[in-house]
Amino acid sequence: MMKTTSYTLHFYIRSISSNILNFLFVVSSSIQFSLTMTLKVYGIGFSTCTARVLTCLNEKEVEYELVPVNLGVGEHKKPAFLAKQPFGQIPVLEDEDLTLFESRAITAYVSHKYKDNGVDLVRFGNIKEAGLVSVWIEVESQQYNPAITPIVSQLYIIPMRGGSTDHAAVEAAAEKFGKVLDVYEARLTTSKYLAGDFYSLADLTHLPYTYYLMKSEWASLINSRPHVKAWWEDISSRPAFTKVAENMTLAG
Amino acid sequence: MVVKVHGPAFASATRRVLACLIEKGIDYEIVPLDMLNGAHKDPEFLKLQPFGVVPVIEDGDFTLYESRAIIRYYAEKYKSEGTELLGKTVEERGLVEQWLEVEGQNYHPPIYNLVVHLKFFPKMGVPVDMKLVEESEEKLAKVLDIYEERLSKSKYLAGDFFSLADLSHLPFTQYLVNDIGKDYMIRDRKHVSAWWDDISSRPSWNKVLQL
Repeated sequence: MMKTTSYTLHFYIRSISSNILNFLFVVSSSIQFSLTMTLKVYGIGFSTCTARVLTCLNEKEVEYELVPVNLGVGEHKKPAFLAKQPFGQIPVLEDEDLTLFESRAITAYVSHKYKDNGVDLVRFGNIKEAGLVSVWIEVESQQYNPAITPIVSQLYIIPMRGGSTDHAAVEAAAEKFGKVLDVYEARLTTSKYLAGDFYSLADLTHLPYTYYLMKSEWASLINSRPHVKAWWEDISSRPAFTKVAENMTLAG
Repeated sequence: MVVKVHGPAFASATRRVLACLIEKGIDYEIVPLDMLNGAHKDPEFLKLQPFGVVPVIEDGDFTLYESRAIIRYYAEKYKSEGTELLGKTVEERGLVEQWLEVEGQNYHPPIYNLVVHLKFFPKMGVPVDMKLVEESEEKLAKVLDIYEERLSKSKYLAGDFFSLADLSHLPFTQYLVNDIGKDYMIRDRKHVSAWWDDISSRPSWNKVLQL
């Protein structure tokens, strides 16, 4: 009789304990979930490099919080920001205890970490396609960007900072940029997107500066090249970008 | 399959690729290109590399260009062989990408101007722009101050491991330290100097210099 009672009591205690433990587990999991930090992007909506990162996060369907950096008061050159980004540039990504800067490094990191989410921007699992994506990201970095930046900078960024446009510099830059675009025209005659017949990070990385260029008379550089024009219309109409473009207000 | 590397062995971007291939133990063959006589602008070469710059690699029927794309490709393809150049985790890889981008966006433009104007233009009979040289030195000095701070906390750029980020700095820094009388830019900065001695004494780099 005693043995049965103690067994029954033991059973009840065990079942109550396991219910309590289950309850505590569920509660702690919920707390953990809500405490897991959302990605933070330090930047500003109209900034080209911030836009590059935000577009990528949208394509990957990853949630983030945009933490504004007040460029007007030089927040990006103050010690608190320099501790995150010693070159004093936006954007910066914070992912729990990882801080990353350089927009093209952030987009590479996000594309790899969230490879199973959203659009496959870096062709994970196909090393040759991934290689071609890499090529055109570097072409953007080393050929396209140095050619287009002086145009966008002279037309929109320098005036925003209180300076005035050097039109001769714009014209000289436009000539060089045209030559780069001739290579793009030839490339896009053979392939729908830059790395192949698939949209990738290589195309995405071209969006922000080109968006601003298209607000100026120099849109003709793109529009006069039919394959570049078609490519531009395609990539710039993707919802992941149009959402971001709403805040790209430098060009009015 | 031997990787064909088009470009003169002395060209900085070609050396960037060669250093990576040697670190990974990949067989390669250099296909020389007479750049000092404009071979990189010939129509045949432009079919391989439409911007007319070196290097280009041919791996069977697969062609790649832009040295920093080529090194990422081989570091990934041969991840389990030779030296690990991308870090071990997704986070470490992120830091490698960050410092590779710093090299490409912040370090490269000023150091390129210094090396091209002070080492190559005189050989080619092209006039040197001393104002640009001065401005570039100033810009590079500011970047190196940031590197000094970084390398006081971390043995290599991306962390306590050698990676593509460090490797990418080898070619132009080699010229800066040895050929154009600007070695003080590295030597005056204790941690940058120690880092430079470390990475430039790697067997792979010594091999590249002998090619």
